[in-house]
Amino acid sequence: MKVSVITFPGSNCDHDAMEVFAERQHKVSNVWHKDSDLQSPDLVILPGGFSYGDYLRCGSIAKFSPIMSEVSRFAEKGGLVLGICNGFQILTECGLLPGTLMMNKTLQFICQRQFIRLENAFTPFTAGLPKGMVLDIPIAHKEGNFFIDEDGLKALQDKDRIVFRYCDKDGNVTSEANPNGALDNIAGICNDKGNVLGMMPHPERAASEHLVSQDGLNIIRAIEGYFSI
Amino acid sequence: MLKAKVHVFLKPSVLDPQGQAVTNSLHSLGYAAIKETRISKYIEIIFDDDDAHRVSEQVHTICDKLLANPNTEKYAFELEALKQQ
Repeated sequence: MKVSVITFPGSNCDHDAMEVFAERQHKVSNVWHKDSDLQSPDLVILPGGFSYGDYLRCGSIAKFSPIMSEVSRFAEKGGLVLGICNGFQILTECGLLPGTLMMNKTLQFICQRQFIRLENAFTPFTAGLPKGMVLDIPIAHKEGNFFIDEDGLKALQDKDRIVFRYCDKDGNVTSEANPNGALDNIAGICNDKGNVLGMMPHPERAASEHLVSQDGLNIIRAIEGYFSI
Repeated sequence: MLKAKVHVFLKPSVLDPQGQAVTNSLHSLGYAAIKETRISKYIEIIFDDDDAHRVSEQVHTICDKLLANPNTEKYAFELEALKQQ
C-alpha cells in the first residue's frame, strides 16, 4: 500500500502516522503542502496538529495550500483520504466533509484516552470490523465539538455516514461519555461514497506495542484489508 | 485608501460556550440583568484602493472564501475612507 502523509506548517502528528505505516512495510511518502504531486498514493492522510497555528479557524488556511486541490481531485476520483484531528478540521473547511468542528463545550483542550463505538462497518476504513465494536483511541484537541445544522445531521444519520461515536467503555453512547459537546456524540464521519473519513481520535497514537492501547491498529488493518481484496 | 471593518459572528442557532462563560463571569460580578453574551471576531482590512464598490465586492468574496465559515458564522462590514499617509 502507498501512503502519502501531508505536512502543513504546524502539523505535528505527521511523523507518527508515517512511522505506523512504515513499520508495517508500506511505502510512505511525506508530501509538503506546497507540493503539487501526491506521489500516486492509495491512501492520503491529513495528520493532526495546528496547521497555520490554527489562526482564524482550525483548518481554514490549510484549505488553500497548493496540495489541497490535488487532495480534492484524488478524493473525487474515489481515492481514500483520512483526516485525523486537525486533518478532520481541514476536510470540513475545504468542503470534502460537511459540518464544523467548534470549540469544545468545556472551552478546554482535552487530552485523554477515549472510547468510541464503530457505527458503520461498510467504509474502506472499517470494513470487516464488527459494528458496535468499542475502540480505546486517544483524543487531543480544543476544537472537536462537531456541529451541523438539523438537515445536515439528518442526512448523516439517514445515509449512515456517522462512522464513530463517543461512548463509555461498554459502548453506551451517553452525554457523560461525550468529551467535547459534539452533536449526537459524533467522533468521525465519512462522505457519501465512504472514501473520505474524518475523525477526531488519533488511531496512529494507539497502534504501537509500546503504547497503552493498540486499538488504532483495527482501523489500519481494515484499510490494509480493503487493498488486499 | 479604504478600511473594511469586518465583524464575523456566530449564527444565533449556534451555541457559544465562550459567550456563556463570560455571561457566568459577569453574573458572578453582580451584573444580574445580563441575559446573554456572544463573542465575535472583528477584523480590519486596509485597501490601497478608493473605489468603494470594487472594495465592497472584494470584501464579500474574502468573507465567503476565508473569513467566515458559512456553516456556523455570518458576517457584516462597513467601509471607512482613510487619509493617504
